[in-house]
Amino acid sequence: MTGQTPWQTVGPYFHYALPWKGGADLVEGRGDAGARMDLVPDGHYTLNPNDHPRGVAKGQIVTITGTVFDGDGTPIPDSFVELWQANAAGRYDSPDDDRAELALDPDFIGFGRASTDADGVFIIRTVKPGRVPGPGNSLQAPHIAISVMARGVIKRMVSRIYFADEASNTEDPILDLVPPARRATLLAVPVGEGQYRFDIRLQGEGETVFFDV
Amino acid sequence: MSLILPYNREEEGAHPPFLSPDYKATIKRSPQQPLIRIPQTLTEVTGPAGRWDRLMGPAIADLTKIGTGEAIGQRIVVSGRVLDEDGRPVPNTIVEVWQANAAGRYIHKKDQWNAPLDPNFTGSGRIITDDQGRYRFYTISPGAYPWGNHYNAWRPAHIHFSLLGPAFATRLVTQMYFPGDPLIPLDPIANAVPAHALGRMISRFDIETTQEAFALSYIFDIVLRGRDATPMED
Repeated sequence: MTGQTPWQTVGPYFHYALPWKGGADLVEGRGDAGARMDLVPDGHYTLNPNDHPRGVAKGQIVTITGTVFDGDGTPIPDSFVELWQANAAGRYDSPDDDRAELALDPDFIGFGRASTDADGVFIIRTVKPGRVPGPGNSLQAPHIAISVMARGVIKRMVSRIYFADEASNTEDPILDLVPPARRATLLAVPVGEGQYRFDIRLQGEGETVFFDV
Repeated sequence: MSLILPYNREEEGAHPPFLSPDYKATIKRSPQQPLIRIPQTLTEVTGPAGRWDRLMGPAIADLTKIGTGEAIGQRIVVSGRVLDEDGRPVPNTIVEVWQANAAGRYIHKKDQWNAPLDPNFTGSGRIITDDQGRYRFYTISPGAYPWGNHYNAWRPAHIHFSLLGPAFATRLVTQMYFPGDPLIPLDPIANAVPAHALGRMISRFDIETTQEAFALSYIFDIVLRGRDATPMED
């Protein structure tokens, strides 16, 4: 047995290395979504240089907008949210999801990165994931697994985005492990047709629930 | 019903605590509530292995030749294996790296300290591990640089590493340091890690793989969380 390599922070200068253009648009990979081109000098952008054209993912398109806050309630401009989710049919695009009866979507991978902008705001465009199995015979409610990383965050903070208007939340085996008073921190709130709000508070009042996985 | 093969949990005592107050930025950016432990579900044991090219573009394994000319600095080759705790290789893992230039300055626009930029050095790359978990890239030796954490604070020379193995659970971001660097014992970020595990982030110089009249070799093996032995019913 050897020991795990320890975590370290991403620091403040990850923008030219991790969040690629289109990385926060899981539907089509469009434009600069997720990247911070304002922080990368001309000629030094090496991520997704071909801006791969792809089709449009199947499913209900949703936009999730939020701000990442520190313990003083100050927005965090040097952070990003990393995403992993199933497609609209509830299938992961992963060799370890072998449920062939559920279709993969050739236009959907389900992995993304969304940088916060100068005001600490991130915007994710994706499709609402289908339900996936949980422990025992349970089914989980639609959710997106997230890792929050930033300068000053020395190892990732793991959480989940659920949808507040989703009836199956009451059956979700993971939400059930969260004290009721704190569950709202995991719910993206509808604010318009296909539009959701999901703020992330790293510390203090209304602190987002973070998981040990 | 299918079987979920969970991954080992984070090793106790090997990782830094969220609140590591000598690294001042953690003081307002660390949770105060305890983490809620959840079972690993299909969500946590899956990941987008094999999709990296489609997402981010092709591999970049030579950071010295991004520009029109060659980067300035001491040319090095960094290589190693990505393994689990039992020494099994972790193939098909994306290894993303970024670093300062030879003068200790990042190409990032927010880095404004008074050291020269190198137009021929960006300092970011990505490599996918092969079937033996191996990776290798060429770069230049990064410089140390001052930062505002405390009086006369200098980060030791380091290369940032971001890895995602087969699953959401096997995510790791770390920093690789260089052997014998006198700044390591003074660095609040490196020393946020418990002392017995700090050495796991320090690469070793290797003359055998140093390339004659070309590049010094540093070896850095990385250990991700492996599969737990006992399957769980899903």
